[in-house]
Formats: sequence, C-alpha cells, structure tokens
Amino acid sequence: MPVYAIEARMSMQRQAQYRGVAFISVLGFLIEPIVYLIVWRTVAEAAGPVGGYGVGEFTSYYIVWTLVRVFNLALAPGAWDWWVRSGRISNDLLHPVNPYHRNLAGMAGAKVVWIVVWVPVALFLVVLFQPQLAPTPFEIVAFFVSAWAGYVIRFNVLWVLGLVSFWTTRAQALVEVVVAMELLLSGRLVPMAVMPEWVQTVSSWLPFQWTFLFPIEVMIGQRTTSEIWQGMGIQAIWILITGTAIVLVWRGALRRFTAVGS
Amino acid sequence: MGRKTPRTQVIGVPTLKAIWRGVLPSVVVREFTKTFKVPVRQEGFLNSLRSLVRREYRMVEAVRAVSFTLEAGEVVGFLGPNGAGKTTTLKMLSGLLYPSSGRAEVLGYRPSDRDPEFLTRVALIMGNRNSLQWDLPVADSLDVRRAMYRIPPADYQARRQRFTELLDVGDLLDKPVRNLSLGERMKVEILAALLPAPPVLFLDEPTLGLDLGMQKRIRSFVGSYAQEEGATILLTSHYMADVTALCERVIVIHRGALLFDGGLSELANRFGSEKTITVSVTGDLPDLDRYGAVTSAVGGRAVLAVPRQHVAATAARLLADLDVLDLSIEDPPIEDVIERTFASGDAEDDEEEAISPP
Repeated sequence: MPVYAIEARMSMQRQAQYRGVAFISVLGFLIEPIVYLIVWRTVAEAAGPVGGYGVGEFTSYYIVWTLVRVFNLALAPGAWDWWVRSGRISNDLLHPVNPYHRNLAGMAGAKVVWIVVWVPVALFLVVLFQPQLAPTPFEIVAFFVSAWAGYVIRFNVLWVLGLVSFWTTRAQALVEVVVAMELLLSGRLVPMAVMPEWVQTVSSWLPFQWTFLFPIEVMIGQRTTSEIWQGMGIQAIWILITGTAIVLVWRGALRRFTAVGS
Repeated sequence: MGRKTPRTQVIGVPTLKAIWRGVLPSVVVREFTKTFKVPVRQEGFLNSLRSLVRREYRMVEAVRAVSFTLEAGEVVGFLGPNGAGKTTTLKMLSGLLYPSSGRAEVLGYRPSDRDPEFLTRVALIMGNRNSLQWDLPVADSLDVRRAMYRIPPADYQARRQRFTELLDVGDLLDKPVRNLSLGERMKVEILAALLPAPPVLFLDEPTLGLDLGMQKRIRSFVGSYAQEEGATILLTSHYMADVTALCERVIVIHRGALLFDGGLSELANRFGSEKTITVSVTGDLPDLDRYGAVTSAVGGRAVLAVPRQHVAATAARLLADLDVLDLSIEDPPIEDVIERTFASGDAEDDEEEAISPP
C-alpha cells in the first residue's frame, strides 16, 4: 500500500506540473463526445426518442461520458509499445514491486488532477447543453465506485494486451482491433440501447460496457437500484477475470521478454 | 515483513547467513548461455515483400557457456569489446533475461525466479540510463525507492545522508532529474540504487561519457561502498582506470565466450608478450634499436618494448653499455594488454572457423 500511495502522489505532482497539458488533453477528449452529442440530439429532435433516449437523455449521457472517459483512461496503447522498445521496462523490472501496481497507482493519481481540470470544462458543457440530471446520493456514490471499477477493468484489459508486447514488439495492431471493438461495444460511440439486439447480447458477454456504459447509466438514472448492485457485482467479476489473466500471462510474458531496444 | 530464506537453491545448499559470513560465494554461474532469435531482413523492396510471406530467422549466441564464481565481497572487472555479451550476462544475473541454458545463483536465489527478496538485494546500474522520475526532484525519486524497497526510516535517513555526502550531491536533491547533467544524473542514479544497500551490485559502464573528475568521484564512491558494506561487485567498463582502481580480478569475455578469469597481473603475463623498459641516460641517447623497439625517445629518456623473456638480459646490457641514470621495468599499459587479449580471441575464432568443415 505505501507504494500505491507514493506512486499516486508522484503522478499527481507530475500532472500538476504539466497542468496546461492536462487541460488541453481534457479539451481534446471533448471533441469526440460533442460530435456524438450533436448528431444524436439532431436525430432525437427530428425523429423522437431512440432506444428510450430523448434529447435530454442523450445530453446527460454524453456529458457524463466526458467524466467517465477521464476515469477510465489507462496506459495508452502506444505507451506499452514505447515502454518495451525504449527499454524503460528494464528499469521497472529491476525493482521488487511489480510494475502493474506502480502503473495502476500512477494512472489513478493522475486522474485526480485531470478531474480537477475537467470541472470547469463540464460546467461549460452544462451551461451550453442544459442536461437533465438529477442523480440520487446513492447513484452518485455508486457512480464513483463503478467509475473506479471501470478504470481497473479497462486498465487490466489493456495490460493483458500490452503483455503481448513481450511476444512481439508490434502489439499495436492487436490493440487497435480491441480499441475498435471497445468503441462499438462499450457505449462509447452510442448508448447500447440504440444498438441492435444481437450487438447488445454480444456486448453483455464482454467487459467493455462495464467500463463505459454502466457508470454513465448509473449517473443518469437509467439503472434501478438492484441493477446497480448487480452491475457492480459483474464489475467485480471482470476485475477478477482480468486480474487472473494478468497473473497467468505475466510469467510467460516475462520469459519471452528479450529486452528489445534496451 | 521478515526476511525469507531463498526458495530456490539450484547449486549446492547455501543459506543467506552463510553468504553473509562470506563463507559461500555470492554469485555462481555455470554454463550460462543466451541465444537470441533474430529476424533476417534483407534490403530491397522484393525482399521486404518476400518476408511478409516467409520470415527468416537466425540464432545469435550472445553468451556461450560462461562459468565463473564471485566470492562474497569481491570486486571483479567484467571486460570485453562491444557486443561481447557483458550486458546480456548482467541482465541474466539480475533477473531481467532468462538464460537459454545453464544456471546461476545469486545470494542463493535463481535470478530468473525474480523473487522480490532477490530483487531487493541485487542492483543493476546501467550507465546513460535513467530510472528516476524525470520531471520530479531527485528527493521524490528517492522517496519512491524507500517505499518500493521498504527501507526502514532510520536506515533510509542514515544512508541517504552518508551517500549524499560521499557523492557530493546535496545541492541536487531538490532539482528535477531532467535538469541534471549526465554526470550529476549518474551520481544520483547510483545513490538511488544503493539506498536499499544491496549486497550484490552489477555495474554496467557506470562512468560512460563522464569527465575525468566525475569518473574519479564515482570510482571512489563505489570503492568505499564495497569496502564498508562488504558488497560483491561485478563491473563492466571500457575505462581501464575504473578496473585498475577497483578490481584485482578480471573476467574477460569475447564473442560470448569466457576468454580469461584471473588477476590483473596474470592477465598482463598471459597476454602482454612484452614489457616496457624506461631508461634515462646522461647526455644524448645513442641508437637503441638493438635493445628493443623504441616507442619514445625524448631528451635523454627512452621507452623500449622488449619481449618478456629478454627483459632481464636487455636491462643488464643497457646498464653495462650505457651511462644509466635511471632504469625501470613495467608491464605494458593495461589498455594495450586488453587490446591484445581481445585480439587473441579474434585469432582463436578465426582459427576455429578455418578448421571447421563447410
């Protein structure tokens, strides 16, 4: 635990030092949801609610989306590639603490700064788009719990994918495929209710919607209390599954490690 | 968390206590081999297209059946030309790389098991490599080390203060790492790596690219650390001053294979076929070619390279023939000896290639 605390603090310090970059990054995240928001508001205004989502719901969805995006940012796909190729991984593997813990804590610490930076951006969006949001205290607490859980699931998924770098120094291609799947099946592009039934079924068997859709729907009041508890249970199962996958792959991955570029 | 005894004991049955007493060796390496599978990529567009369908690989033996033992508290130079396999060996010994075959034991642990306790007790420091928090002050990186290695607060404070003074880095601790010069960075890298007081230290070119003053400072620090902590150190360096200042014993590898393991003076005897005679005479120097190869002649002082077996006779002749003010006999500079050692490795390889069937 001391390592988690200190890594999170160091990461916060680093991000605070580059707060301008953090602010620009958060602004960058906005382009994607704002495009989706404008498109779906236009559709909902012209054709009425889609999959139960009207103008107000779409607006709330994509504004909460921006916060969930900040929460579930994990080690960027390219960062793994760089980590291995630059040899920086060699430094991290020399220490007695598994780099997984240091990275998980580091990214979590960075989020604290990003969330602070996100607040004014969110206020601007609220004033501009007037979302209909009235979460209960339980939903707010459940949102933060599920958003952090979503972060851990997404972090683990990307970590497993990153471990592929140990088998090939060009893991980027595989990551791109998974990121595309995530875009479609997580609720990042559109709420899953808008998707065809079979896509929703496929999505329910994958971890992606528990990193994006679930926390958003908790916050905008689309889930009942029992659904929220059930969803958090499923998140816990995904954390367990992805965590186990890391433990299983890690040892084999290390054996494959050939210290490329170090 | 209490100290554990090693889980894996692959060679013999050493215990940490025994190692601490210096009874057993710290590092035992037997037939260590590392082979890399390297893709063969030929130039040209057509070859690139062909490689899409059929990839060709070749096996490169970076380390070939290397065996040696380091006794507890020994400081040993690990020498070899670029690409000889030194860094690969150090990486295997520090648990970064898995050996293809052979075995090793460091403080009773098998490095490839990567036991956290093992990783706490062994440090690999690579020159020109940054392992600290680039954007944050050095003190923050030291704090991370304290947490990662669970260094007790009192030990941490004492070591930090002692190493800071020895390395003269007090004024660097509040500076971001990115603002430090190469030499300053190396000093704080060493400081951070030694905070857990590892009993085994692998140093890979620690003085690479540093000015002479900085090299001297780092050498003296490593020397005093080895002495005070009784640490076992394996050091690679292309600067012979590092080796001669710190090591009595050297291990030489060439093209992945062990070429020599012994004392520095023994290395000079084995591979230095000549000795150096420096002679000073009154008045002008006569023609000295008949005594040996004149490598320099300035004023009344000349330096001659003489075959080892003729040194005594030549010195006697010089003393008899000339009005000698001073005469000294020395081994050739260690750099020359090392160069000859590597050259002998090349010659052996060439011979092997020449006699091996096509």
